[in-house]
Parts: sequence; structure tokens; C-alpha cells
Amino acid sequence: MTFALPVKRQLWAIFAFAVAVLALSAVLGSDYFELVLTQVLLWAMLSVAWNILCGYSGYFSFGHAAFWGLGAYTVALGMLHFDLSPWITIPAGAVVGGLAGALIGFPTFRLRGHYFALAMLAYPLATLYVFQWLGYQEIPLPMKREAPILYMQFTNPRAYVALALGMLVISLLMSLWIENSRFGMSLFAIKQNEPAAEAAGINTWRWKMLALMLSGALAAMAGGLYAVVLLVVTPEAVFGMLVSAQALILALFGGVGTLWGPVIGAVVLVPLAEGLNAKLGNVLPGIQGVVYGVAIIAIILSAPEGVYWKVRDRWEARQSKRRKEPGASPPAVTTVPALPRAQRAPVGADLLVLRDVSISFGGLQALDGIDLAVPEGGLYGIIGPNGAGKTTLFNVINGFLAPQRGTISFAGEPLIGLRPSQVCRRGIGRTFQVVRAFPRMTVLENVIVGAFVGAADDSAARRMAVNALDRVGLSARANAVAGRLTTRELRLMELARALAPQPRLMLLDETLAGLGHDDLDGILGAIRQLCADGVTVLIIEHTMQAMVQLVDHFDVIDHGRLIASGAPDVVVHNHEVIEAYLGKKWAQQVNEAAK
Amino acid sequence: MTFPAPRPYRRAMPFSLVDFLQALAAGVLVGSAYALMCVGLGIIFGAMRVINFAQGDFLMLGMYAAFYLATGAGLSAFFGPSVGPIVAAFLAGPIVFAFGWLLHRFIVSRVTGAGAALTTGDGAYGQILTTLGISLILQNGGLIVFGSTPTGIRTPLSRSSWEIGEVMLNQGRCVCFLVSVGLAAAVYLFLGHTRQGKGLRAAADNSQAALYMGIDVDRAHRIAWSLGVGITAVAGGLLAGSQSFQPYTGFDFVIVMYAGVVLGGLGSILGAFWGGLVIGIVQQMSTLVLPYQLQNTAIFVVFLLIIFLRPQGMFGRLSERT
Repeated sequence: MTFALPVKRQLWAIFAFAVAVLALSAVLGSDYFELVLTQVLLWAMLSVAWNILCGYSGYFSFGHAAFWGLGAYTVALGMLHFDLSPWITIPAGAVVGGLAGALIGFPTFRLRGHYFALAMLAYPLATLYVFQWLGYQEIPLPMKREAPILYMQFTNPRAYVALALGMLVISLLMSLWIENSRFGMSLFAIKQNEPAAEAAGINTWRWKMLALMLSGALAAMAGGLYAVVLLVVTPEAVFGMLVSAQALILALFGGVGTLWGPVIGAVVLVPLAEGLNAKLGNVLPGIQGVVYGVAIIAIILSAPEGVYWKVRDRWEARQSKRRKEPGASPPAVTTVPALPRAQRAPVGADLLVLRDVSISFGGLQALDGIDLAVPEGGLYGIIGPNGAGKTTLFNVINGFLAPQRGTISFAGEPLIGLRPSQVCRRGIGRTFQVVRAFPRMTVLENVIVGAFVGAADDSAARRMAVNALDRVGLSARANAVAGRLTTRELRLMELARALAPQPRLMLLDETLAGLGHDDLDGILGAIRQLCADGVTVLIIEHTMQAMVQLVDHFDVIDHGRLIASGAPDVVVHNHEVIEAYLGKKWAQQVNEAAK
Repeated sequence: MTFPAPRPYRRAMPFSLVDFLQALAAGVLVGSAYALMCVGLGIIFGAMRVINFAQGDFLMLGMYAAFYLATGAGLSAFFGPSVGPIVAAFLAGPIVFAFGWLLHRFIVSRVTGAGAALTTGDGAYGQILTTLGISLILQNGGLIVFGSTPTGIRTPLSRSSWEIGEVMLNQGRCVCFLVSVGLAAAVYLFLGHTRQGKGLRAAADNSQAALYMGIDVDRAHRIAWSLGVGITAVAGGLLAGSQSFQPYTGFDFVIVMYAGVVLGGLGSILGAFWGGLVIGIVQQMSTLVLPYQLQNTAIFVVFLLIIFLRPQGMFGRLSERT
């Protein structure tokens, strides 16, 4: 991804980190320091787990203590009741954590934003009270002097450092794999714009569930080893708010959504908190918490997105100054011929057919019995004044909204009831009125996300994305970050993203809005080219001028009803259309002038 | 595994009518204080869309402010042991309001405001961390300043009760109920009928548009923040007369507050009031059928149910545009 170092360098960085930790552990003299080091690693692992869900997908969890606590209790109860070794119960805890993730995610992913975050807050705290009620106030892990190694009860604290490090490295490798695969790309797209991701054919629900389950499993593993290290488990210590807060504080401090952010947070803050506790806790109880709080606030005021991002932005600014080449990198893209298209229906057969489609919001009849038929290969325009129901029509077609009445079929198959990602899979791409880019990804990555739907593997997706960029003429900007594009470039990028999986039908929502004359020509050219390549295009606009040059058929919508339909020059002289656009008075004047 | 001890005898119903009415009354009375603190949180959340983890600690500050006003500043001696604590609870409001004002001016406004109003964006990270940091400072600073020994305000009201039939109504809680309802109504009128209040609501509804209409959104946020923490502090001051507290008490109420606000509908002040009341009732009624330790679990269950069945809450509305 744009912010990540290349995979090879990341692997070296992880290796170097592991060596550094082992070296530090070798020189640290005291058991106490080894314990602090182990805790740094375990909290870092919890935070990495948190980051896999929350950092990459943007779904904030205030309740990762649920997984941590389940892992800890799996180990403690397994040992207490069944004499099971942590070597078995820590992996078992991972399974429990993953299942808990599935169980929690299943209902909770119906929520977004604050609601999701607050719902997550409730899970560990509810569990806390249940464990208290069950009588598990304090579970000491029984000592196993006869078989210490079998029960992970090492005399040398370095063994715990090594174990914790091993688990952290596994988590980091998983994060790295996620970042560099379709999985991470999809999560990242969800974070930046979930509806756009869904419309681009990403099964958002599936990826979110996978992320939560993986995140829960890793957090539970860390919690399990934590129980082994501390030898005693209480509900407050493992399900408490402090655990959940720690997971997000470390990641937010270090840098959300980055591989190293949680580790940076843990390396800085955990020893700080421990040190303050040891040095100041006896002198003046509470002062350590105050200092910790002040440190967090001070750093967040100077780097609101975390240390990693701050450092990286500084570094990048210096790099680009040195190169004297702001933003744009040389195009790393070569022209690729258009890929052969899949099976094509004979031109002229109706590809998209709407019958009597109606939907109302409260008292507002947004769509009222719309009938529409778009033949394959056509370039159709839908126009209508603001609020006529145009975007609603697109939302109904691509599955954001379900119509209350009517049928929609695409290439003979019904569309109603499908999720947007499934509609996209059927071969319908769309763009949005307000461009929904993934602003932190490069142009090419934005388009790759769109290509996943039609691609067998990640390299095929890349090829298709390169091809799509070439077709809209944006290859030169492939490596620019989407957030830095001009409006024209953003529109073209969105077009390419929708085009990449080679849809049969493209829905373009006010693609021409807000563009100047010169920019307009470029976009019009790209759309015409699309059509010439055999893609059927349905385009919404509320301004007529550009559309008259572009389309070969107009449908006019007003107040949710289709009021006119036909060739452009016929429609623009239609009485009802003039009335809808200019009001009754004008329509009369035009009529009188015609007489 | 341990199981709750079996009940000594069985009846057709697990509880009697008097038990039921008693729990209901207790729920309404406790719920009124929850309702008031929820109104405080609701104002902040509604206006700023900030998840304020420190809200419970402002409640704690209100408790200590009322405590020192009643005892140290001699309000209990001046107004008498019954009225004094109530006056003290009221005065805790302006004190915490002023403190909140400064906190917003120097810290909170730097991570929130018109620019960072979109909490789904990257700005939200800074806000969450900042309120967590404030919470840490208040709790631990409280430990330094106030000490860790639990305290309470001694008032004769909390030790006497009125009896209606067999149902006992704690007098302290009853007064707390009347004051809470009165203050919540005053806040509601303020938001609905004054220029300041309308500006605040406009800023809450759409900060961008409010900005264009000449409303100083940052100022509106500052008022919302200070008012919100001040009102919650009054609720804390009222509770201080009937329960003991220490510097970490605040967190126990964060969940109650968020549950109430979500239940009522994020952004709705009236909803926050009813939400808090319902949470109080659920909490007290759950003790009829559930063991005492699980009364907070009952809150979470209701909280989750509401979130899933009606995420916009009782009084909220959903609005999403594509």
C-alpha cells in the first residue's frame, strides 16, 4: 500500500526488531525488566490485533478486552479444572477468540460508526459481570513444579520474552500479509468509503467478519500468555476497560492502520507507564496516571494521527523536496491492449429492464412506477431537475435501496434483493455523484480494488486496473495518491475503477458535474470510447447541454416519474420537459412563440 | 462452576407485587439522576459528535465539588443539613462548567470543532485519545487531591423515607428526582427557546451549514461541552448525597450514560432523558429476577437489544445519503 515499505524491507524490519528484542533481553539483568519487556510485547500484540480490525477497516472497537479476557480465562480455567497445559489452551483460546469474534460480529456489523464502537464497549463489561457472578473473582494458576516446561512455568524469564516475541512476530507477519493482499486492500477500501467498496463489488461483510475473527483470535492468544506470565486472572484485570483502552491507545499513539504503529505505541508507552508506576507510584499515588495522561494529550496535540504518520509525512516531504518532483511519480505503466470481452449479447437486445419501479421515503414518492429499457451497446441519458429521483434510481438498480414495487432485470436475470457487491459481480459498475475515492490509496490501487470482482487473482486485478487506467487516459497519474487529484482526474479514476472489472453496463452519476469546458471534453471522449468498446452506458445529468452532444437517447424524470423519452432533439422540445426545467410560465411562453 | 443458591421457597411468581412496585419506584428515582447525566452527555454528543470518555470523571468532579461546598464551604451549616447539599449540588454545576470551559478552550477545541466534525474521519482518533487522556488525568489527579478513601455527603434525607402503602420512597432520592426533572426541563427550554440554544442545535445538526449562517460553531461547541459537563456534575452532586464515592467512581457511570443516550437516540436531548430513566428502571427491576451482580449485565443486554432493533433509539432518526 502507499504508506507501507516494500514487503521485503518490512520482513527485514520485523527480523531486525526480533533480533533487537532478543539482544535487549540478553543484556537486561533483572527479572523485573524482563517482565516489563514481556508485557510490552504482549500489549503490542493486542494492539496489533486491534489494528487488524480497527486500523485497517476503520471499525472502532472499544471492547477488545472481551477477546483478551476470554483467552486469559481459557488458559486459567483449563489449567484449574482440566489440568490442561497452556501449550494447548493458548491455541484453544485463539479458537475461542475467533468464535467470539464471529458471534459478536454477526449482529454487531449491522452497525456503523459510533454505534458499532459503543456496542463493542458493552461486550467485555457484560462478560466481566458474568464471570464475577460465576464466582471466578480470582483464579490463581496452580504451580506445576513436577513439569514446569510442560506448563509454561519457566524459571528463566527470558523464555517468556521469547514466547511473547514469537507470537508478536506471527501477528506482525499476518498484518503484513493482510496489508499486501486483497484482504487488506478490501478492508482499506471499506475504511475509506464503504458504500463505494460495496458498489465496486467487494463483499464488505465477509472481509469485516474475517478481520474481526482474526483480530479476536490474536488478542485471545496474547491474553492467554498474559495469564501465564502473571499467574493470576481476575475479571477486572482482563475484561476491564483499561485493557480495551490500552489496545486503542497504543495503536492510536503509534499510528492507526500501520504495521508498526501499535508496536511503536507499546514500546514507548508501556515502559513509560510501568516506569512511572514504579518510580512515582509510591511517592504520590496517582501521579503516574496524570503524567501518562498528559503525555498522551501532548503527543496527540502535536501528532493527531499518531507518531508513525507524523514521521512518515515529515520524511516524505523531505524526500519530495530533494527530488523536486512534487506528488507525481514517473508513470510505471505501459499500454496494454483491451482485454477480450466475455460473451456479448447481440447489440440491440434490452440489457437492463425496469418495470414499474417505485420507492417512497416517508411521504415522499421518490420513484413512481418507472419503466425503462436500456438496449445493449446504447448510450442512454437520464436527465431531470434536482431532486427528481435520478440518484435514487441508480441506488435502486445497484442494490443500495430495495424498491417497494416493481422488477429490475439485467441480461434477463432479476436484480432485486442482491447486495451491491453482487450486483457489481453481475456486470454493473457505477460512479457516484460526489466522487467516492479511497483518498489515501494511489490511483492504481483505487482501480485495483474495483478490479477484484472480475479478477481471478491479485496479479490479474492489477493487469485489469492498468488496462482500465489506460482506457480512460489516466496512466500517467497511476502512482499519485487519490487525495491529490483534480476533479477531472478523480472523475476519470472513478470511471476507471468502475470499468476495471469489465462491466457490461456502467451507471454514471453526474460524471460531468462541476467540470470546466476543457475538462469536459476529456471526460466526454472517455465515455464515448467506452461505448465504442461495447459497454452499455446509462448516465445521469441535470444539465442538458453536454448531454445533448453525448447520448443517443434521453429519459427525463421529474418528481419520480418518467415524463419523456426519446432522441435528444425531440426531448428537449418536449413541453413537459421545458415545464419541469423552467416552470409553467416559460412553458407557456415557448408554446406561444411556437404558434 | 458455582450456581446461585436455590431459593428457599417457590411461588407462582418469583417476586411479589410490593417488590415489583418497590423496584419500579427505586428505578424511577435512581433513573432520574441517570436521566440528568444522560442529558449532559447527550448535549455534548449531539453537538460535537465526540465520544467523551471523561464524562464520568466530570460526574465525579461534581460529587467532590458538592462535597466540599457542603462541608468545607459550610453550605450544610448555613442552609441546614437537608437543603445545604442540594444547594451544593447546584453550585457544583457552574464550577465544573467553568472548568470544562477552560478545558475546551485549551485542549478539546484543538482536536474537535468545525474542521474535525466528521468523526468517522481521521480526526476522531485524536478526539478519543484526548478524552481518554483527560479521563486519566482527572481520575488520578483526583486520587492525589481528594485521596482514595470513599466519602459521601451526610444528609438526613437519605436516611429517612416516605411510605406509600408498603412502598418506601427514600426522601433524598425523591428530592433528587424533583431537582433532576426540573433542571432537565430547564435545559430543554433553554435549547428550544433561546438564541444560544437554537444556535447550538443548528451547530449540532449541520455544523457546516451553521457556520455559513454566521453561527460561531466553535463557540457553540464550547457552550455545549461546558453545559454538558456542568449538568452531569449537578447529577453527580445530587447522587453524592445518597451514595459514597471515590475518584474512580466516574467510570461506573460511563456505561450507564452511553446506554441511556443511545437508547434515547444519539443527538436527542429529550431522548437522552427518557433513555437514562429507562436504564435506571431496567437496572433496578432486573434485581427482581437476576442476582444483584448481574444488574449491570441487564443494562448491557437492553443496550445491545436497542442498538440492534432500533439503532436510531427511541427519539433519534436515521439519515444517510449515498
